[in-house]
Amino acid sequence: MARNAEMTRSNGPAATRRAALSGLALIAVPRLARATPEERDAALAQFLAGRAPQRGRVTIDAPALVENGNSAPVTIRVDSPMTAQSHVTRIALFNEKNPQPQVAEFRLSPRNGRAEVSTRMRLATTQFITAAAEFNDGTVAVDSFEVIVTIAACTEE
Amino acid sequence: MARALINFPSPVPRGAVIDIRTLFEHVMETGYRYGVDGKAIPRDIVERFVCLFDGEVVFEATLHPAIAANPYFAFPLRAEKSGELAFAWTDGKGARHVETARLVVTG
Repeated sequence: MARNAEMTRSNGPAATRRAALSGLALIAVPRLARATPEERDAALAQFLAGRAPQRGRVTIDAPALVENGNSAPVTIRVDSPMTAQSHVTRIALFNEKNPQPQVAEFRLSPRNGRAEVSTRMRLATTQFITAAAEFNDGTVAVDSFEVIVTIAACTEE
Repeated sequence: MARALINFPSPVPRGAVIDIRTLFEHVMETGYRYGVDGKAIPRDIVERFVCLFDGEVVFEATLHPAIAANPYFAFPLRAEKSGELAFAWTDGKGARHVETARLVVTG
């Protein structure tokens, strides 16, 4: 699908023919609604709002291999004392190959005492998931983790 | 709407950070699946989950279709005093399910 997205963006003389070909490909597989890593990057960029993310402060805890993509446990932990002076305000989770790049967004405060959230998510296929955190001082941090999926979710009947 | 399961320790000593676990019965239909008639099955998801302690928001989640059916959330809370925890799930049609539970803090 990433190739198709590339094709529809090209404007060269061969673009019409390429568009027609990609159109055919879409007719052949009309049900493959998938986000692309580029869409994930766009959703992440919206969260980061131009700030350069730090590495190492956010940790994704998920199984490296899940049998059933319909329900994969994911825990996001952020290294923060969660005091009034220094705490996490937002945590967002993204994926690159489900139909939509967003998974969830959480709001936290010093009341939580610890910066940690667990949920269960759908995974359409083997892919990287990305977690981003925003701190009260305006800094941001990210982490990515690859999950291998043997039974996909989302688009099948 | 549906059933909800809520789990947290109580009573707990003052200042303890407890884990609150919630599970809400909901299909979380993504809107990306097709039925046997070839038509897309309409989206039906919980869009927002919020936890309040004595009326003050202590945890909030915005959900997208990538959250699994029967949305599960676990999050920490520092227990400072006894009070009422309220949990609310709101779906895309505005239907809202509320559960309440009492947190008892000792010491």
